[in-house]
Amino acid sequence: MLAKRVIPCLDIDQGRVVKGVKFQEIRDAGDPVEVARRYDLQGADELVFLDITASHEDRPTLFKTVEAVAREIYIPLTVGGGVRTNADVRTLLSAGADKVAINTAAVQNPDFVTEAGSRYGVQCIVVAIDAKRAKPRKKGDPLRWEVFTHGGRKATGLDAIEWAAKMVAKGAGELLVTSMDRDGTKAGYDVELLRAISDAVTVPVVASGGVGTLEHLYEGLATGGADAVLAASIFHNGTHTVGEAKQYLAGRGVRVRL
Amino acid sequence: METIGVIDYGMGNLHSLAKSLERVAGDRRVEISSDVAQLSKYDKLVLPGVGGVRGCMEELKRLELVDFLRAAARRVPLLGVCLGMQVLLDHSEENGGVPALGLIPGDVIRFPDPLPEPGTERLKVPHMGWNRVKQSRPHPLWAGIDDDSWYYFVHSFHAAPQNAAHRLGETEYSHSFAAAVARDNIVGVQFHPEKSQGAGLRLLANFAAWNGELG
Repeated sequence: MLAKRVIPCLDIDQGRVVKGVKFQEIRDAGDPVEVARRYDLQGADELVFLDITASHEDRPTLFKTVEAVAREIYIPLTVGGGVRTNADVRTLLSAGADKVAINTAAVQNPDFVTEAGSRYGVQCIVVAIDAKRAKPRKKGDPLRWEVFTHGGRKATGLDAIEWAAKMVAKGAGELLVTSMDRDGTKAGYDVELLRAISDAVTVPVVASGGVGTLEHLYEGLATGGADAVLAASIFHNGTHTVGEAKQYLAGRGVRVRL
Repeated sequence: METIGVIDYGMGNLHSLAKSLERVAGDRRVEISSDVAQLSKYDKLVLPGVGGVRGCMEELKRLELVDFLRAAARRVPLLGVCLGMQVLLDHSEENGGVPALGLIPGDVIRFPDPLPEPGTERLKVPHMGWNRVKQSRPHPLWAGIDDDSWYYFVHSFHAAPQNAAHRLGETEYSHSFAAAVARDNIVGVQFHPEKSQGAGLRLLANFAAWNGELG
């Protein structure tokens, strides 16, 4: 049977891995190829690169980084951040990315997901959803989440669960679901958000935002119903290796690739 | 010196496959081409592919690769990967039903959506991630690879070869399906060997070294 996946996420700024707390105090954390190789050796199932470079003119730097990593690493690589056009998708895939994550551009034009999926295959189109808890419409209503774009700065008014279902109908092959409330807090995933989206769609869901402990990874999979767990700081800070995370999950009865 | 040709018909990401082959091909050359005259000179062929089967077959036709592949499959080792494996069969039910190359008898069918998994959560389609492959029988492609090794998959459709002897490997996802197929000098894998670390690279090395004969 299919294994649950553990995916380290690397923030990339101008061709370097950086770590920041909620986009403040960004610190250089190394060469992407070296960091990717380290996670590959530790048994990472995939890697996600999130390009946070402010200027779109720096895109060639990202393409070079993706090329350099894809030459060395023989596991799947997803690249997100600033993916706006078919040309962006094509360039990233030919640089060696296996999947691209689309966020803001999907909100601006949902048909972009369909176009990109039919041209390059739905399996390489990931829709990234940044969601934040919203007030219920009226008292006693179920929990609600709102979709945000532009790195979590812009509210869209869209309901995250409805949006997730719509993106799958439009052809998303996978959803990367980040809780804006939890991102950077180390308080654990928003498992209610994950569960609500997992129950609403038939494609794989990747949990993101808030991991501080190995237990949180387990909760994302077991309680949240996610198919994969993404984490950044627990791996970057050396708190745990990917291998330790997978051993822990296996000990809790989760099927992982060891 | 032998040359392995990777067939470029504009569908998806063949660069990572070509790079992985280069890494394990030893003193063999790896070249990418869409030109029939060029491809005819190669000693082995790899047919990659992601995307939909209709677009795939249309591009193969446009580049006059359909007849070429049917003829080439009689003389050189041929490896199909992912969609490139699916088009080895007679027919795919994707995109409303599309006739394929017909090199291995059988159909390509969709996983039921959503998949029932008794007692636990429903399964997702596409089948995306790492899963094990049970080797159905010994084959030069499996040389030195542990049975039940892990490989990376991404697909919503899977091959159902008519003849059980054409099953080379099996994977469990709701039911057991053909993760690898083989007929004479033709082999195909549903998973991505170029994304499957050690076992995948070894499989590519085995193909690079294979003379197309069994044992």
